[in-house]
Amino acid sequence: MSFVALRKYAFIFSVVLIIVGMISMSINGLNYGIDFTGGTLLHLDIRQEFTLEEARDVLAPLGLEAATLQKVGAEGLAEGEKQELLIQTQQLTPAEQDEIFTAFQERYELTAADLLRVENVAAIVGGELQRQALIALLLAGLGMIAYITIRFEFRFAISAIAALIHDLLVMLAFFSIFQIEVNGPFIAAVLTVLGYSINDTIVIYDRVRENLKTRRKEALADVVDNSIRQSLIRTLNTSITTIIVITTILVFGGITLYPFMLALLVGVFFGTYSSIFIASPLWLAWRERDTRKQLRAKSA
Amino acid sequence: MKNNRPLLLVLTVILLLALSAVAVDQAVKNLNLGLDLRGGVYILYQAEEAGDAAGGDKIDRAITIIRNRIDALGVANPVIQREGADRIRIDLPGIEDQRAAREVIGRTAMLSFVGPGGETILTGAELRNAGVTMDQFNRPAVSLEFNPDGRAKFAAATEQFLGQIIYIHLDEEVISAPTVESIITDGNAIITGAGTMDEAANLALMLRSGALPVRLIELETRGVGPQLGQDSMTRSVQAGIAGLLLVLLFMLVYYRGFGLVANVSLIVYLALVLGVLTAINATLTLFGIAGLILSVGMAVDANVIIFERIKEELKAGRTMRTSIEAGFQRAFRSILDSNVTTLIAAAVLFSFATGQVRGFAITLSIGILVSMATAILLTRFLLRQAARANLLRAPENTGLRGVSK
Repeated sequence: MSFVALRKYAFIFSVVLIIVGMISMSINGLNYGIDFTGGTLLHLDIRQEFTLEEARDVLAPLGLEAATLQKVGAEGLAEGEKQELLIQTQQLTPAEQDEIFTAFQERYELTAADLLRVENVAAIVGGELQRQALIALLLAGLGMIAYITIRFEFRFAISAIAALIHDLLVMLAFFSIFQIEVNGPFIAAVLTVLGYSINDTIVIYDRVRENLKTRRKEALADVVDNSIRQSLIRTLNTSITTIIVITTILVFGGITLYPFMLALLVGVFFGTYSSIFIASPLWLAWRERDTRKQLRAKSA
Repeated sequence: MKNNRPLLLVLTVILLLALSAVAVDQAVKNLNLGLDLRGGVYILYQAEEAGDAAGGDKIDRAITIIRNRIDALGVANPVIQREGADRIRIDLPGIEDQRAAREVIGRTAMLSFVGPGGETILTGAELRNAGVTMDQFNRPAVSLEFNPDGRAKFAAATEQFLGQIIYIHLDEEVISAPTVESIITDGNAIITGAGTMDEAANLALMLRSGALPVRLIELETRGVGPQLGQDSMTRSVQAGIAGLLLVLLFMLVYYRGFGLVANVSLIVYLALVLGVLTAINATLTLFGIAGLILSVGMAVDANVIIFERIKEELKAGRTMRTSIEAGFQRAFRSILDSNVTTLIAAAVLFSFATGQVRGFAITLSIGILVSMATAILLTRFLLRQAARANLLRAPENTGLRGVSK
């Protein structure tokens, strides 16, 4: 079975995945964190066993019953053993944040060092991060299209960018379906995955470009299939080593890196997939269509 | 001569690894870590002036005042920067008590002189200086010096409110309530009855440093306690090292002799990247680590591309030395195009993004450039030397499976 022959199934698989993702996005949306929506997050070390009901009781006099509460702690701890608390609310003033901490301080005899983390983001800043990332991505896309067009050809450039958009949509789908929080680190992960995926794609394109010169007699589909095959060990080895690093940090790294690493893992996996099954086959489909058109124009 | 080659190569490798160890050691000691990794407070302020966005040198004055306050707090390496037209960014790394720190900065409130009827006479923007002095009875007092604008307003106010009280507010709080004893036209006033010498000095400091010409609104605050920052950092670094070791192991098992060469290259690469980041005084954040991971992946990738190409040449029946040369030549274009494409994206991010995303672009760009350099120059040098020393023989020493002669 050749990779090129598999392309129909790959296209169908990706389209279904993206459609499911879009349906999920329109129903559930994305679980945006405070980096995007604005809001306040407090991360407290309670230093003893506690329940979320207790924590809610502490917040009730402050009128913050509606806050999102979550117990956190080292990986592998049972829910009851986790001794840290994440409180997420709408944006609060520094004085209101102080009130929360003081309330918990009195209830659980905390010290200043037990306030592990405070994040407070105005909604306007969140919008800016998103807009900035989007503009940067668009410009980076244009830059890459220009370079690939010069070094390869326009069809390669657009197919490569299409594969990147595929990666982005799949990541969004994954985060929407599983309702994993989308925060600042998600943007970093998207940037990383796109960088990885384009790199992966270009190496295969380089093979196609080379084989187009040296194997003129072969059918186009065979050239592409051989190119993917010849680059396959490289593609897999690079993917394996990258996934090794990401998985190790995902499993053993600190809690602050966890959402970021999870996004990376999903992205690198699908980035590798798209380099093999989307980018080059897409170019092939386009090129074949153009060739057929030319032939028809000639025979007409 | 011929017998010396392996020894020479081994010595070169030992030297490279020793230098790398020194570089990594220095980097670990001197590299700036972001607040998300080591703890500290980051605050982004929007400066506003009576509802409008403030601009111009008022922001610069505000920055100077904030800097004085933070210096008085004794924070090492604070960063206080203007961002855009009307924003101020403050980084206070390694702060122990983030609440206390925020409170001190939060005290950078607006100073105003208010008449007995509650009307604002002038603001801190019109106060040029404040100091400790002595009144005619040799008691501690606070001297005030206004700028020309303030001089005129103050003259008018002292005339209007002669014998009455003028309140000095720091935000809503009254920090002093002196009685006007005479009309002051020269812009130099003193506040008598300021208490002890210490109290007078304190009031003068508050007037001086509290004389913020703008109102600051917290747009974004991120405080990470040193405990969490350190915990997260230690665990992530340990995990990162473990991941890297697994990669080195993978390369060694899969490519054997070639893998060994790649591993030396990768270690030197990592030392160089960390060295460059330290040398340019960059600050490593979570986003920076993302860039690093990607560039490590690309550094491994470059070596893998090279080895796979060499393997193909060997399969085609060429000798080890010609295969190395031909393999590099073919791999070079592939590495160049793939890296340049990613570099373009990184460069765009660098020039258009601010803050965190920019940190990602910096480490990624440096990582790509260094990885291209080490893969193309160092890996090739080491492979050539190893081949000349007859240390690489396919297939048993190279791990290039499927290669037979």
